[in-house]
Amino acid sequence: MSGRLVSRLIIAAAIVVAAVLPIILPSWATLTTLILAKGIVVLGIIILLQAGQVSFGHAMFFGVGAYTIAFWGRYVGPGDLLLFLLLGPLIAMAFGLLIGLFVVRYREIFFGMLNLAFSMVMWSLLEKLYAFTNGADGIRVARPTLAGIAFTPEAFQYVLLYLTLGLVLVVSYGVQRYLDSPLGHMLRAIKGNETRLEYLGVSARKILLIGYVISAFLGGLGGVLVATAQQIATPEFAYWTKSGEFVFIAILGGIANAAGAFAGAAVFETVRFFASAQLANAWQLILGVVLIVIIMFAPNGLIGLRNRRKAQAEVRP
Amino acid sequence: MSRVLISARGLKIRFGGVIAADGIDLDVLEGENLAIIGPNGAGKTTFLNMATGYLRPQAGTVSFLGQDITALPPRTITKLGIARAFQIPQLFLDQTVLENMMIAAAAHAGSMSAFRHLLDLPERKEVEDLLDLVGVRAFANRKAFELPEGQRKLVDIALALALKPTVLLMDEPTSGVASGEKLGLMDILTSALARQKVSSVFVEHDMDMVERYAHRVAVWSSGKIQVVGPPAEVLKNTEVREHVIGI
Ligand SMILES: Nc1ncnc2c1ncn2[C@@H]1O[C@H](COP(=O)(O)OP(=O)(O)O)[C@@H](O)[C@H]1O
Ligand SMILES: [Mg+2]
Repeated sequence: MSGRLVSRLIIAAAIVVAAVLPIILPSWATLTTLILAKGIVVLGIIILLQAGQVSFGHAMFFGVGAYTIAFWGRYVGPGDLLLFLLLGPLIAMAFGLLIGLFVVRYREIFFGMLNLAFSMVMWSLLEKLYAFTNGADGIRVARPTLAGIAFTPEAFQYVLLYLTLGLVLVVSYGVQRYLDSPLGHMLRAIKGNETRLEYLGVSARKILLIGYVISAFLGGLGGVLVATAQQIATPEFAYWTKSGEFVFIAILGGIANAAGAFAGAAVFETVRFFASAQLANAWQLILGVVLIVIIMFAPNGLIGLRNRRKAQAEVRP
Repeated sequence: MSRVLISARGLKIRFGGVIAADGIDLDVLEGENLAIIGPNGAGKTTFLNMATGYLRPQAGTVSFLGQDITALPPRTITKLGIARAFQIPQLFLDQTVLENMMIAAAAHAGSMSAFRHLLDLPERKEVEDLLDLVGVRAFANRKAFELPEGQRKLVDIALALALKPTVLLMDEPTSGVASGEKLGLMDILTSALARQKVSSVFVEHDMDMVERYAHRVAVWSSGKIQVVGPPAEVLKNTEVREHVIGI
Protein backbone atom coordinates (compact mmCIF):
# COMPACT_ATOMS: atom_id res chain seq x y z
CA MET A 1 0.00 0.00 0.00
CA SER A 2 1.46 3.36 -0.95
CA GLY A 3 2.30 5.90 1.73
CA ARG A 4 -0.03 8.39 0.14
CA LEU A 5 -2.92 5.98 0.34
CA VAL A 6 -2.16 5.22 4.00
CA SER A 7 -2.12 8.96 4.75
CA ARG A 8 -5.47 9.38 3.10
CA LEU A 9 -6.93 6.43 4.98
CA ILE A 10 -5.72 7.87 8.28
CA ILE A 11 -7.26 11.23 7.48
CA ALA A 12 -10.52 9.58 6.39
CA ALA A 13 -10.55 7.55 9.61
CA ALA A 14 -10.00 10.71 11.67
CA ILE A 15 -12.91 12.41 9.93
CA VAL A 16 -15.15 9.42 10.62
CA VAL A 17 -14.11 9.37 14.29
CA ALA A 18 -14.78 13.12 14.62
CA ALA A 19 -18.20 12.62 13.03
CA VAL A 20 -19.30 9.42 14.76
CA LEU A 21 -17.67 9.39 18.20
CA PRO A 22 -19.80 12.29 19.56
CA ILE A 23 -22.95 10.39 18.62
CA ILE A 24 -21.87 7.48 20.78
CA LEU A 25 -20.45 9.72 23.52
CA PRO A 26 -22.52 12.95 23.58
CA SER A 27 -20.12 14.53 26.08
CA TRP A 28 -17.56 14.58 23.28
CA ALA A 29 -19.61 16.73 20.94
CA THR A 30 -18.47 20.10 22.25
CA LEU A 31 -14.94 18.87 22.93
CA THR A 32 -14.64 17.71 19.32
CA THR A 33 -15.97 21.04 18.07
CA LEU A 34 -13.35 22.83 20.16
CA ILE A 35 -10.59 20.59 18.84
CA LEU A 36 -11.60 21.27 15.25
CA ALA A 37 -12.08 25.01 15.75
CA LYS A 38 -8.71 25.41 17.44
CA GLY A 39 -7.14 23.35 14.70
CA ILE A 40 -8.40 25.97 12.24
CA VAL A 41 -6.59 28.69 14.21
CA VAL A 42 -3.45 26.55 14.36
CA LEU A 43 -3.55 26.25 10.56
CA GLY A 44 -2.91 30.00 10.58
CA ILE A 45 0.14 29.50 12.83
CA ILE A 46 1.38 26.79 10.48
CA ILE A 47 1.13 29.18 7.54
CA LEU A 48 3.39 31.69 9.29
CA LEU A 49 5.78 28.94 10.36
CA GLN A 50 6.32 28.12 6.68
CA ALA A 51 8.04 31.49 6.47
CA GLY A 52 9.98 30.68 9.63
CA GLN A 53 7.99 33.21 11.65
CA VAL A 54 6.31 32.52 14.99
CA SER A 55 3.57 34.84 16.18
CA PHE A 56 3.20 35.01 19.97
CA GLY A 57 0.12 37.17 19.63
CA HIS A 58 -2.10 35.33 17.23
CA ALA A 59 -4.86 34.90 19.78
CA MET A 60 -5.76 38.53 19.05
CA PHE A 61 -7.43 37.41 15.83
CA PHE A 62 -9.12 34.59 17.71
CA GLY A 63 -10.38 37.33 20.05
CA VAL A 64 -11.57 39.47 17.16
CA GLY A 65 -13.67 36.57 15.86
CA ALA A 66 -15.14 35.85 19.30
CA TYR A 67 -15.94 39.48 20.05
CA THR A 68 -17.50 40.01 16.63
CA ILE A 69 -20.28 37.63 17.58
CA ALA A 70 -20.36 38.89 21.19
CA PHE A 71 -20.65 42.57 20.23
CA TRP A 72 -23.25 41.77 17.62
CA GLY A 73 -25.41 40.08 20.25
CA ARG A 74 -24.92 42.94 22.68
CA TYR A 75 -25.33 45.91 20.37
CA VAL A 76 -27.27 44.68 17.35
CA GLY A 77 -29.38 41.78 18.51
CA PRO A 78 -29.86 38.14 17.61
CA GLY A 79 -27.97 37.01 14.56
CA ASP A 80 -27.38 34.07 12.30
CA LEU A 81 -24.32 31.85 12.52
CA LEU A 82 -23.75 32.04 8.75
CA LEU A 83 -23.48 35.81 9.05
CA PHE A 84 -21.02 35.53 11.94
CA LEU A 85 -18.93 32.97 10.09
CA LEU A 86 -18.54 35.51 7.31
CA LEU A 87 -18.25 38.66 9.40
CA GLY A 88 -15.84 37.40 12.10
CA PRO A 89 -13.12 36.19 9.72
CA LEU A 90 -13.49 39.27 7.50
CA ILE A 91 -13.07 41.65 10.43
CA ALA A 92 -10.12 39.59 11.65
CA MET A 93 -8.67 39.89 8.15
CA ALA A 94 -9.04 43.67 8.27
CA PHE A 95 -7.21 43.70 11.61
CA GLY A 96 -4.65 41.34 10.13
CA LEU A 97 -4.03 43.71 7.24
CA LEU A 98 -3.57 46.73 9.52
CA ILE A 99 -1.34 45.00 12.05
CA GLY A 100 0.37 43.01 9.31
CA LEU A 101 1.55 46.19 7.60
CA PHE A 102 3.71 46.77 10.70
CA VAL A 103 4.79 43.29 11.70
CA VAL A 104 5.85 41.97 8.28
CA ARG A 105 8.77 44.38 8.34
CA TYR A 106 10.28 42.31 11.15
CA ARG A 107 11.58 38.78 11.44
CA GLU A 108 11.99 36.09 14.03
CA ILE A 109 12.08 37.28 17.64
CA PHE A 110 11.06 40.82 16.69
CA PHE A 111 8.16 39.53 14.63
CA GLY A 112 7.06 37.29 17.49
CA MET A 113 7.34 40.00 20.14
CA LEU A 114 5.66 42.69 18.05
CA ASN A 115 2.71 40.37 17.59
CA LEU A 116 2.71 39.77 21.32
CA ALA A 117 2.68 43.53 21.92
CA PHE A 118 -0.30 44.09 19.63
CA SER A 119 -2.18 41.25 21.27
CA MET A 120 -1.48 42.70 24.73
CA VAL A 121 -2.93 46.02 23.61
CA MET A 122 -6.05 44.27 22.42
CA TRP A 123 -6.32 42.21 25.60
CA SER A 124 -5.97 45.35 27.75
CA LEU A 125 -8.67 47.15 25.80
CA LEU A 126 -11.01 44.20 26.21
CA GLU A 127 -10.29 44.14 29.95
CA LYS A 128 -10.36 47.87 30.66
CA LEU A 129 -13.18 49.15 28.48
CA TYR A 130 -15.59 47.66 30.96
CA ALA A 131 -18.57 49.69 29.79
CA PHE A 132 -18.35 48.09 26.37
CA THR A 133 -16.88 44.69 27.09
CA ASN A 134 -17.86 43.73 30.66
CA GLY A 135 -14.13 43.45 31.31
CA ALA A 136 -12.83 40.10 32.51
CA ASP A 137 -16.36 38.75 32.91
CA GLY A 138 -16.75 38.74 29.17
CA ILE A 139 -19.90 38.86 27.10
CA ARG A 140 -22.33 36.00 26.89
CA VAL A 141 -23.00 34.72 23.41
CA ALA A 142 -26.56 33.64 22.75
CA ARG A 143 -27.14 30.54 20.68
CA PRO A 144 -27.51 31.83 17.13
CA THR A 145 -29.84 30.53 14.46
CA LEU A 146 -28.41 28.75 11.46
CA ALA A 147 -29.85 29.82 8.12
CA GLY A 148 -32.79 31.20 10.06
CA ILE A 149 -33.51 27.95 11.92
CA ALA A 150 -33.44 27.91 15.73
CA PHE A 151 -32.24 24.69 17.38
CA THR A 152 -32.55 23.21 20.86
CA PRO A 153 -29.28 23.24 22.84
CA GLU A 154 -28.88 19.46 22.36
CA ALA A 155 -29.43 19.63 18.62
CA PHE A 156 -27.32 22.74 18.24
CA GLN A 157 -24.27 20.98 19.69
CA TYR A 158 -24.39 18.57 16.79
CA VAL A 159 -25.28 21.19 14.21
CA LEU A 160 -22.23 23.19 15.28
CA LEU A 161 -20.05 20.09 15.30
CA TYR A 162 -20.92 19.08 11.75
CA LEU A 163 -20.77 22.61 10.48
CA THR A 164 -17.30 22.94 12.02
CA LEU A 165 -16.23 19.61 10.56
CA GLY A 166 -17.38 20.78 7.14
CA LEU A 167 -15.48 24.04 7.54
CA VAL A 168 -12.38 22.13 8.60
CA LEU A 169 -12.47 20.13 5.37
CA VAL A 170 -12.96 23.20 3.20
CA VAL A 171 -10.37 25.28 5.00
CA SER A 172 -7.76 22.47 5.12
CA TYR A 173 -8.17 21.91 1.42
CA GLY A 174 -7.82 25.63 0.78
CA VAL A 175 -4.72 25.95 2.97
CA GLN A 176 -3.07 22.94 1.37
CA ARG A 177 -3.77 24.42 -2.06
CA TYR A 178 -2.28 27.69 -0.93
CA LEU A 179 0.85 26.04 0.46
CA ASP A 180 1.36 24.21 -2.84
CA SER A 181 0.79 27.35 -4.92
CA PRO A 182 3.38 29.90 -6.06
CA LEU A 183 2.40 32.17 -3.15
CA GLY A 184 2.80 29.31 -0.69
CA HIS A 185 6.18 28.33 -2.08
CA MET A 186 7.31 31.94 -1.96
CA LEU A 187 6.26 32.01 1.67
CA ARG A 188 8.56 29.05 2.35
CA ALA A 189 11.23 30.82 0.34
CA ILE A 190 11.24 33.61 2.93
CA LYS A 191 12.51 31.08 5.43
CA GLY A 192 14.83 29.55 2.88
CA ASN A 193 16.56 32.64 1.48
CA GLU A 194 14.95 36.03 1.58
CA THR A 195 17.84 37.62 -0.33
CA ARG A 196 17.30 35.31 -3.29
CA LEU A 197 13.58 35.90 -3.21
CA GLU A 198 14.16 39.67 -3.50
CA TYR A 199 16.64 38.97 -6.30
CA LEU A 200 13.86 37.16 -8.15
CA GLY A 201 11.91 40.42 -8.09
CA VAL A 202 9.56 39.38 -5.29
CA SER A 203 8.70 41.51 -2.26
CA ALA A 204 9.12 39.21 0.73
CA ARG A 205 7.05 41.61 2.83
CA LYS A 206 4.13 41.40 0.45
CA ILE A 207 4.31 37.60 0.41
CA LEU A 208 4.42 37.48 4.21
CA LEU A 209 1.56 39.98 4.45
CA ILE A 210 -0.64 37.75 2.30
CA GLY A 211 0.15 34.80 4.56
CA TYR A 212 -0.47 36.93 7.63
CA VAL A 213 -3.88 38.10 6.45
CA ILE A 214 -4.93 34.53 5.59
CA SER A 215 -3.76 33.42 8.97
CA ALA A 216 -5.74 36.22 10.66
CA PHE A 217 -8.81 35.06 8.72
CA LEU A 218 -8.38 31.56 10.14
CA GLY A 219 -7.92 32.98 13.64
CA GLY A 220 -11.17 34.90 13.31
CA LEU A 221 -13.04 31.86 12.03
CA GLY A 222 -11.81 29.74 14.95
CA GLY A 223 -12.81 32.53 17.34
CA VAL A 224 -16.40 32.66 16.08
CA LEU A 225 -16.71 28.87 16.38
CA VAL A 226 -15.23 28.62 19.87
CA ALA A 227 -17.25 31.55 21.23
CA THR A 228 -20.37 29.94 19.79
CA ALA A 229 -19.52 26.55 21.30
CA GLN A 230 -18.66 28.01 24.73
CA GLN A 231 -21.39 30.67 24.52
CA ILE A 232 -19.07 33.35 25.81
CA ALA A 233 -16.28 35.68 24.72
CA THR A 234 -13.76 36.84 27.33
CA PRO A 235 -10.47 38.76 27.13
CA GLU A 236 -8.79 35.38 27.73
CA PHE A 237 -9.48 34.64 24.08
CA ALA A 238 -6.86 37.24 23.15
CA TYR A 239 -4.46 36.64 26.06
CA TRP A 240 -0.86 35.68 25.43
CA THR A 241 -1.21 32.26 27.06
CA LYS A 242 -3.81 31.47 24.40
CA SER A 243 -1.37 32.57 21.70
CA GLY A 244 1.25 30.34 23.27
CA GLU A 245 -1.23 27.48 23.27
CA PHE A 246 -1.72 27.78 19.51
CA VAL A 247 2.02 27.76 18.86
CA PHE A 248 2.36 24.82 21.25
CA ILE A 249 -0.30 22.85 19.35
CA ALA A 250 1.35 23.64 16.01
CA ILE A 251 4.69 22.27 17.18
CA LEU A 252 3.01 19.33 18.85
CA GLY A 253 1.17 18.37 15.68
CA GLY A 254 3.87 19.22 13.17
CA ILE A 255 4.02 22.05 10.72
CA ALA A 256 4.60 20.16 7.48
CA ASN A 257 0.95 20.10 6.47
CA ALA A 258 -2.61 20.89 7.45
CA ALA A 259 -3.23 17.57 9.19
CA GLY A 260 -0.72 18.45 11.91
CA ALA A 261 -2.91 21.24 13.23
CA PHE A 262 -5.78 18.89 13.98
CA ALA A 263 -3.63 16.04 15.28
CA GLY A 264 -1.99 18.51 17.66
CA ALA A 265 -5.29 20.05 18.74
CA ALA A 266 -6.81 16.62 19.35
CA VAL A 267 -3.97 15.52 21.61
CA PHE A 268 -3.79 18.86 23.39
CA GLU A 269 -7.47 19.19 24.14
CA THR A 270 -7.91 15.53 25.05
CA VAL A 271 -4.98 15.56 27.46
CA ARG A 272 -6.24 18.79 28.98
CA PHE A 273 -9.78 17.47 29.26
CA PHE A 274 -8.85 14.23 31.03
CA ALA A 275 -5.83 15.40 32.94
CA SER A 276 -7.66 18.41 34.34
CA ALA A 277 -10.46 16.13 35.48
CA GLN A 278 -8.05 13.68 37.14
CA LEU A 279 -5.24 15.93 38.26
CA ALA A 280 -6.76 19.37 38.73
CA ASN A 281 -3.87 21.72 38.03
CA ALA A 282 -1.34 19.19 36.84
CA TRP A 283 -2.46 19.16 33.21
CA GLN A 284 0.11 21.76 32.28
CA LEU A 285 2.76 19.44 33.70
CA ILE A 286 1.56 16.57 31.57
CA LEU A 287 1.37 18.69 28.43
CA GLY A 288 4.81 20.09 29.18
CA VAL A 289 6.25 16.58 29.39
CA VAL A 290 4.44 15.61 26.19
CA LEU A 291 5.96 18.59 24.38
CA ILE A 292 9.46 17.83 25.64
CA VAL A 293 9.10 14.26 24.40
CA ILE A 294 7.81 15.49 21.04
CA ILE A 295 10.63 17.98 20.54
CA MET A 296 13.26 15.42 21.52
CA PHE A 297 11.97 12.40 19.67
CA ALA A 298 9.72 13.75 16.93
CA PRO A 299 10.96 17.21 16.01
CA ASN A 300 8.57 17.27 13.07
CA GLY A 301 5.56 16.76 15.30
CA LEU A 302 3.04 13.95 15.45
CA ILE A 303 2.43 14.07 11.72
CA GLY A 304 6.19 13.98 11.17
CA LEU A 305 6.33 10.59 12.89
CA ARG A 306 4.45 9.07 10.00
CA ASN A 307 6.34 11.01 7.35
CA ARG A 308 9.62 9.86 8.88
CA ARG A 309 8.57 6.22 8.75
CA LYS A 310 7.58 6.81 5.14
CA ALA A 311 10.94 8.40 4.33
CA GLN A 312 12.77 5.45 5.86
CA ALA A 313 10.63 3.06 3.87
CA GLU A 314 11.51 4.87 0.65
CA VAL A 315 15.24 4.54 1.30
CA ARG A 316 15.03 0.76 1.41
CA PRO A 317 15.74 -0.79 -1.98
CA MET B 1 27.73 51.70 -31.54
CA SER B 2 26.14 49.36 -29.06
CA ARG B 3 23.60 50.74 -26.65
CA VAL B 4 24.75 51.30 -23.06
CA LEU B 5 22.77 49.09 -20.70
CA ILE B 6 24.27 49.63 -17.27
CA SER B 7 26.26 52.74 -16.60
CA ALA B 8 28.16 53.26 -13.33
CA ARG B 9 29.67 56.66 -12.56
CA GLY B 10 31.95 57.58 -9.69
CA LEU B 11 30.85 54.75 -7.37
CA LYS B 12 32.45 54.96 -3.95
CA ILE B 13 31.98 52.89 -0.84
CA ARG B 14 34.14 52.23 2.17
CA PHE B 15 33.78 49.71 4.98
CA GLY B 16 35.63 51.07 7.97
CA GLY B 17 39.18 51.41 6.75
CA VAL B 18 38.65 49.40 3.56
CA ILE B 19 37.86 51.37 0.42
CA ALA B 20 36.01 48.74 -1.63
CA ALA B 21 35.03 51.15 -4.43
CA ASP B 22 37.04 54.26 -5.12
CA GLY B 23 35.45 55.94 -8.11
CA ILE B 24 34.20 53.16 -10.34
CA ASP B 25 33.18 54.22 -13.87
CA LEU B 26 31.99 51.42 -16.11
CA ASP B 27 29.54 50.86 -18.95
CA VAL B 28 28.02 47.52 -19.81
CA LEU B 29 27.14 47.41 -23.50
CA GLU B 30 24.35 45.62 -25.26
CA GLY B 31 25.37 42.26 -26.65
CA GLU B 32 28.68 41.94 -24.84
CA ASN B 33 30.14 39.56 -22.33
CA LEU B 34 32.17 41.73 -20.00
CA ALA B 35 34.65 39.96 -17.74
CA ILE B 36 35.77 41.42 -14.43
CA ILE B 37 39.11 40.21 -13.14
CA GLY B 38 41.22 41.20 -10.18
CA PRO B 39 42.66 39.84 -6.95
CA ASN B 40 40.49 38.77 -4.00
CA GLY B 41 39.25 41.74 -2.02
CA ALA B 42 39.59 44.12 -4.96
CA GLY B 43 35.90 45.02 -4.77
CA LYS B 44 34.41 42.99 -7.62
CA THR B 45 31.51 41.57 -5.63
CA THR B 46 30.97 44.95 -4.01
CA PHE B 47 30.49 46.42 -7.48
CA LEU B 48 27.80 43.84 -8.27
CA ASN B 49 26.19 44.58 -4.90
CA MET B 50 26.02 48.27 -5.72
CA ALA B 51 24.82 47.70 -9.26
CA THR B 52 21.88 45.61 -8.00
CA GLY B 53 20.82 47.75 -5.06
CA TYR B 54 22.05 45.43 -2.32
CA LEU B 55 24.54 48.07 -1.19
CA ARG B 56 24.00 51.77 -1.60
CA PRO B 57 27.14 53.59 -2.78
CA GLN B 58 28.28 56.50 -0.61
CA ALA B 59 28.85 58.47 -3.79
CA GLY B 60 28.14 57.98 -7.49
CA THR B 61 25.25 56.68 -9.55
CA VAL B 62 24.18 53.58 -11.40
CA SER B 63 21.75 53.82 -14.26
CA PHE B 64 20.10 51.20 -16.42
CA LEU B 65 18.93 52.14 -19.90
CA GLY B 66 19.16 55.77 -18.87
CA GLN B 67 17.09 55.36 -15.68
CA ASP B 68 18.76 56.13 -12.35
CA ILE B 69 18.59 52.94 -10.28
CA THR B 70 21.04 53.90 -7.53
CA ALA B 71 18.57 53.93 -4.65
CA LEU B 72 16.27 51.14 -5.83
CA PRO B 73 15.99 47.83 -3.95
CA PRO B 74 17.16 44.58 -5.58
CA ARG B 75 13.64 43.39 -6.40
CA THR B 76 12.89 46.51 -8.40
CA ILE B 77 16.19 46.38 -10.26
CA THR B 78 15.59 42.69 -10.95
CA LYS B 79 12.21 43.48 -12.44
CA LEU B 80 13.78 46.08 -14.70
CA GLY B 81 15.89 43.33 -16.26
CA ILE B 82 19.12 42.85 -14.32
CA ALA B 83 19.45 39.33 -12.92
CA ARG B 84 22.23 38.06 -10.73
CA ALA B 85 23.99 34.80 -9.96
CA PHE B 86 25.99 34.74 -6.76
CA GLN B 87 29.54 33.87 -5.77
CA ILE B 88 28.03 31.76 -3.00
CA PRO B 89 24.88 30.19 -4.47
CA GLN B 90 21.68 31.63 -3.02
CA LEU B 91 19.02 28.94 -3.19
CA PHE B 92 15.93 27.91 -1.29
CA LEU B 93 17.67 24.96 0.30
CA ASP B 94 14.59 23.21 1.72
CA GLN B 95 12.82 23.22 -1.61
CA THR B 96 13.53 21.03 -4.60
CA VAL B 97 15.58 22.27 -7.52
CA LEU B 98 12.45 22.25 -9.67
CA GLU B 99 10.51 24.23 -7.05
CA ASN B 100 13.36 26.74 -6.83
CA MET B 101 13.20 27.22 -10.58
CA MET B 102 9.42 27.37 -10.71
CA ILE B 103 9.40 30.06 -8.03
CA ALA B 104 11.71 32.09 -10.25
CA ALA B 105 9.56 31.45 -13.31
CA ALA B 106 6.37 32.32 -11.41
CA ALA B 107 7.98 35.52 -10.14
CA HIS B 108 8.98 36.49 -13.65
CA ALA B 109 5.59 35.65 -15.14
CA GLY B 110 3.77 37.39 -12.29
CA SER B 111 1.87 34.17 -11.54
CA MET B 112 1.09 35.00 -7.93
CA SER B 113 -1.79 32.56 -7.61
CA ALA B 114 -2.83 31.05 -4.27
CA PHE B 115 -4.69 28.15 -5.88
CA ARG B 116 -2.75 26.85 -8.83
CA HIS B 117 -0.15 24.23 -8.08
CA LEU B 118 3.34 25.66 -8.49
CA LEU B 119 4.46 22.70 -10.56
CA ASP B 120 1.46 22.92 -12.89
CA LEU B 121 2.27 26.40 -14.15
CA PRO B 122 2.78 26.66 -17.91
CA GLU B 123 6.42 27.67 -17.37
CA ARG B 124 7.29 24.12 -16.30
CA LYS B 125 8.59 23.04 -19.71
CA GLU B 126 10.83 26.08 -20.11
CA VAL B 127 12.20 25.55 -16.63
CA GLU B 128 13.02 21.93 -17.35
CA ASP B 129 14.77 22.97 -20.54
CA LEU B 130 16.86 25.43 -18.55
CA LEU B 131 17.82 22.71 -16.09
CA ASP B 132 18.80 20.60 -19.07
CA LEU B 133 20.83 23.44 -20.47
CA VAL B 134 22.99 23.85 -17.38
CA GLY B 135 23.06 20.08 -16.88
CA VAL B 136 21.22 19.63 -13.59
CA ARG B 137 17.95 18.17 -14.82
CA ALA B 138 18.79 14.91 -13.06
CA PHE B 139 18.61 16.76 -9.73
CA ALA B 140 15.24 18.38 -10.44
CA ASN B 141 13.41 16.58 -7.65
CA ARG B 142 16.18 16.76 -5.09
CA LYS B 143 16.11 19.31 -2.30
CA ALA B 144 18.63 22.02 -3.07
CA PHE B 145 20.60 21.30 0.11
CA GLU B 146 21.36 17.79 -1.12
CA LEU B 147 23.31 19.07 -4.12
CA PRO B 148 27.07 19.37 -4.20
CA GLU B 149 28.40 22.94 -4.30
CA GLY B 150 29.19 22.86 -8.03
CA GLN B 151 25.64 21.84 -8.96
CA ARG B 152 24.19 24.46 -6.64
CA LYS B 153 26.18 27.03 -8.50
CA LEU B 154 24.59 25.89 -11.76
CA VAL B 155 21.10 26.05 -10.28
CA ASP B 156 21.88 29.55 -9.05
CA ILE B 157 22.74 30.59 -12.60
CA ALA B 158 19.65 28.84 -13.97
CA LEU B 159 17.49 30.77 -11.48
CA ALA B 160 18.82 34.02 -12.89
CA LEU B 161 18.26 32.80 -16.46
CA ALA B 162 14.65 31.91 -15.65
CA LEU B 163 14.06 35.64 -15.19
CA LYS B 164 14.88 36.23 -18.87
CA PRO B 165 16.98 39.25 -18.02
CA THR B 166 18.43 41.89 -20.28
CA VAL B 167 21.72 41.69 -18.40
CA LEU B 168 23.00 38.76 -16.36
CA LEU B 169 25.59 39.44 -13.68
CA MET B 170 27.54 36.32 -12.66
CA ASP B 171 29.96 36.25 -9.76
CA GLU B 172 32.62 33.62 -10.47
CA PRO B 173 30.27 31.28 -12.37
CA THR B 174 32.88 28.58 -12.86
CA SER B 175 34.38 28.53 -9.38
CA GLY B 176 33.34 25.31 -7.69
CA VAL B 177 32.75 23.70 -11.07
CA ALA B 178 35.23 20.90 -11.80
CA SER B 179 38.02 22.24 -14.05
CA GLY B 180 37.32 19.69 -16.77
CA GLU B 181 33.73 20.93 -16.99
CA LYS B 182 34.41 24.67 -17.01
CA LEU B 183 34.86 24.94 -20.76
CA GLY B 184 31.74 22.98 -21.51
CA LEU B 185 29.68 25.02 -19.10
CA MET B 186 30.91 28.36 -20.41
CA ASP B 187 30.35 27.20 -23.99
CA ILE B 188 26.75 26.34 -23.21
CA LEU B 189 26.18 29.46 -21.14
CA THR B 190 27.60 31.95 -23.60
CA SER B 191 25.82 30.42 -26.56
CA ALA B 192 22.54 30.43 -24.62
CA LEU B 193 23.12 34.06 -23.69
CA ALA B 194 23.86 34.96 -27.29
CA ARG B 195 20.79 33.10 -28.50
CA GLN B 196 18.53 34.86 -26.01
CA LYS B 197 20.30 38.18 -26.60
CA VAL B 198 21.27 38.50 -22.95
CA SER B 199 24.30 40.65 -22.21
CA SER B 200 26.49 39.52 -19.35
CA VAL B 201 29.04 40.55 -16.81
CA PHE B 202 31.06 37.78 -15.21
CA VAL B 203 33.69 37.87 -12.53
CA GLU B 204 36.34 35.31 -13.44
CA HIS B 205 39.69 34.10 -12.16
CA ASP B 206 40.51 31.76 -15.01
CA MET B 207 42.27 33.81 -17.74
CA ASP B 208 41.61 31.08 -20.24
CA MET B 209 37.86 31.64 -19.80
CA VAL B 210 38.31 35.38 -20.08
CA GLU B 211 40.25 35.08 -23.33
CA ARG B 212 37.75 32.71 -24.85
CA TYR B 213 34.44 34.20 -23.79
CA ALA B 214 34.80 37.88 -22.94
CA HIS B 215 34.41 40.66 -25.49
CA ARG B 216 35.91 43.11 -23.04
CA VAL B 217 37.63 42.75 -19.71
CA ALA B 218 37.80 45.20 -16.80
CA VAL B 219 40.66 44.84 -14.36
CA TRP B 220 39.89 45.64 -10.72
CA SER B 221 42.50 46.58 -8.18
CA SER B 222 41.91 48.00 -4.69
CA GLY B 223 38.50 49.47 -5.49
CA LYS B 224 39.58 50.98 -8.80
CA ILE B 225 39.39 49.91 -12.43
CA GLN B 226 42.95 49.72 -13.69
CA VAL B 227 42.16 49.16 -17.34
CA VAL B 228 39.27 48.13 -19.60
CA GLY B 229 39.63 46.70 -23.09
CA PRO B 230 39.59 43.64 -25.33
CA PRO B 231 41.14 40.61 -23.58
CA ALA B 232 43.83 40.25 -26.23
CA GLU B 233 45.22 43.67 -25.32
CA VAL B 234 44.50 43.81 -21.61
CA LEU B 235 45.94 40.42 -20.80
CA LYS B 236 49.21 41.43 -22.50
CA ASN B 237 49.54 44.54 -20.36
CA THR B 238 52.60 43.99 -18.14
CA GLU B 239 51.11 45.62 -15.08
CA VAL B 240 48.02 43.44 -15.33
CA ARG B 241 50.19 40.37 -15.82
CA GLU B 242 52.16 41.17 -12.72
CA HIS B 243 49.39 42.24 -10.37
CA VAL B 244 46.40 40.20 -11.45
CA ILE B 245 47.57 37.17 -13.28
CA GLY B 246 50.74 36.93 -11.23
CA ILE B 247 53.25 36.08 -13.94
N1 LIG C 1 29.34 44.26 3.63
C1 LIG C 1 30.65 44.45 3.89
N2 LIG C 1 31.04 44.89 5.11
C2 LIG C 1 32.35 45.11 5.37
N3 LIG C 1 33.34 44.91 4.50
C3 LIG C 1 33.02 44.46 3.28
C4 LIG C 1 31.67 44.20 2.92
N4 LIG C 1 31.62 43.76 1.64
C5 LIG C 1 32.92 43.75 1.22
N5 LIG C 1 33.76 44.16 2.20
C6 LIG C 1 35.20 44.33 2.06
O1 LIG C 1 35.42 45.04 0.88
C7 LIG C 1 36.53 44.51 0.18
C8 LIG C 1 36.11 44.06 -1.21
O2 LIG C 1 35.35 42.89 -1.07
P1 LIG C 1 34.71 42.13 -2.32
O3 LIG C 1 33.95 43.11 -3.12
O4 LIG C 1 33.96 40.98 -1.79
O5 LIG C 1 36.00 41.65 -3.10
P2 LIG C 1 36.13 40.64 -4.34
O6 LIG C 1 34.78 40.21 -4.74
O7 LIG C 1 36.84 41.42 -5.38
O8 LIG C 1 36.98 39.52 -3.84
C9 LIG C 1 37.09 43.39 1.04
O9 LIG C 1 38.13 43.90 1.82
C10 LIG C 1 35.91 43.00 1.90
O10 LIG C 1 36.34 42.50 3.13
MG1 LIG D 1 33.91 38.32 -4.77
